[in-house]
Amino acid sequence: MGMTIVEKIFARASGQKRVAPGDLAVVNVDVAVMLDSTFHPNSRRRILKLQDPEKIVVIYDHMVPAPDKLSAEGQAYGRAFVKKFGIKRFHDVGPDQGIGHAVIADRAYALPGGVLICADSHTCASGAFNCAARGVGSPDMLGAITTGKTWFKVAPTVRYDFHGKLKPGVSAKDVFLYLAGTYGHHTNQNVEFGGPALATLSINARRTLATMGAELSAEFATFEPDQILLDYVRERNSAPFEEQYPDADASYADRRRVDLDKLEVLVALPDSVIQNSVPVGQVGKVKIDQAFIGSCANGTLDDLAEAARVVNGKRVAPGVRFLVTPGTQATFIAALKAGYIQTLMEAGAVVTPATCGACFGGHMGVLGPNETCVTASTRNFKGRMGDPSARIFMASPATVAASAIAGHLIHADEIA
Amino acid sequence: MIRAKVWTFGDHINTDLMLPGDMLFASEEEQKRVVFRANRPGWVDEVRPGDIIVGGLNYGMGSSRPAARSLRNVGVGAVLADSINGLFFRNAVNFGLIALEVPGVRAAFEEGQTAEVSLEDMTVLNRASGVTLKALPIPKMLLDLMLSGGIYPHLEQQGYIEPNRDRPPPAP
Repeated sequence: MGMTIVEKIFARASGQKRVAPGDLAVVNVDVAVMLDSTFHPNSRRRILKLQDPEKIVVIYDHMVPAPDKLSAEGQAYGRAFVKKFGIKRFHDVGPDQGIGHAVIADRAYALPGGVLICADSHTCASGAFNCAARGVGSPDMLGAITTGKTWFKVAPTVRYDFHGKLKPGVSAKDVFLYLAGTYGHHTNQNVEFGGPALATLSINARRTLATMGAELSAEFATFEPDQILLDYVRERNSAPFEEQYPDADASYADRRRVDLDKLEVLVALPDSVIQNSVPVGQVGKVKIDQAFIGSCANGTLDDLAEAARVVNGKRVAPGVRFLVTPGTQATFIAALKAGYIQTLMEAGAVVTPATCGACFGGHMGVLGPNETCVTASTRNFKGRMGDPSARIFMASPATVAASAIAGHLIHADEIA
Repeated sequence: MIRAKVWTFGDHINTDLMLPGDMLFASEEEQKRVVFRANRPGWVDEVRPGDIIVGGLNYGMGSSRPAARSLRNVGVGAVLADSINGLFFRNAVNFGLIALEVPGVRAAFEEGQTAEVSLEDMTVLNRASGVTLKALPIPKMLLDLMLSGGIYPHLEQQGYIEPNRDRPPPAP
């Protein structure tokens, strides 16, 4: 019996001929991404040795620019750490700033066939690059950067095959809402994406889907490689890699067909995305206080383009705060050059620097008591973006942008 | 053998409920005060050291944040759930919180009943009903880490990180 994509990556990275569900694979880590949270005074530990500084990337994203004194002290501590160990790939506040997983995408730090970890649950975002990328805890990170290794329990894999093509206005976020709404959680399972329609999904669309793998509670969310991906990576990173395709006789827990052309615009109701999606037209007239587009899931240039298309020439409804956070400063500049930022700001959006900020209720857009938000970001858990009494609906950038204009949840076609 | 009172929770109990985002960078002492603040206010004042959490499917879904550490600091003796989210499980292993996947456990217990957990046999007994359930096996390397206080003592002993004398004492 053959292996799935991640099984092949684990086999290579653990020096074995094959691995199978139920195994524990102790693997060499190719890239370990440390975030500003690692250096925060309330959580950091003093690291004495690193296995290989060349394998480490340091990216400040959660609390940037530093909104308080403790974060500022932690970030200064981290700069000294970077200097001491001679870490070359460092993304501080400035032109190279961005949300970790988005920076990884911009620079192609996640190589096909490789193993990447980061102490953030949305690390699976880099599964878009045919990489076995997994969010770990902060202690795992300390273990991996000092020993060079980590462990993965090998889980069974569910394979999704894409067919057809998304209708205009239906996005990768809607594909995710369909999968979460229809199939629910994938605890202790991997998901693998591919199929004949893979080429119809842009790299940014794949990133959205892979990122949201965390919200399916999948162990790994990994895309099959194709020419689009290989070209993308080679344009950005000259390091050698060996992409992994699943074996023809790979063993899957289930194999599911997704007809992209049949999918509709969906919204997840508050508190969970698990079997909680409904067509946006069926939600009723839900008045909103805040509309947010951003995060590692929806801060791509595609997302900003879609939001700008929807709000072009219109004005945000009175009483609505429309916040937009590009995934990286590089994406911000690209959106500026393309005119998207001007369109968004003229419509009344507040565009923030690249940060995890509002998505995790950290800063720059925290919700107050009893407020209602529609978000194109990663999570709608109770209390996620601020006060526990706030309601968070999750939707695509187009739906969020349209809702900001209407002042209530609405399908983008209805304000066109 | 762990023998303690059970607190029951539902499916998909997420990390943000155990450790809210606005407390992500607070001290461990402050974080410990807000466990289940949104879904079960006041619980931290009722739970006693050694008590057991029984959850449903996908316990601990969500973030990489150290929610398992907060449960350990509150004194939770074990988490038993129908299934446990992989990322939460990693943190449980690394922070030395006993966390077992026990299919059927949620339906087998009512809140306030007593659970008896044998780590040798990997079984859970509800003495009130007489029902015994089998926990899913945990690879030896991970079980050893979980039961020996997590990864930090090992990293300290090997000289990878500086010993932290201020670390709070391990759970009873």
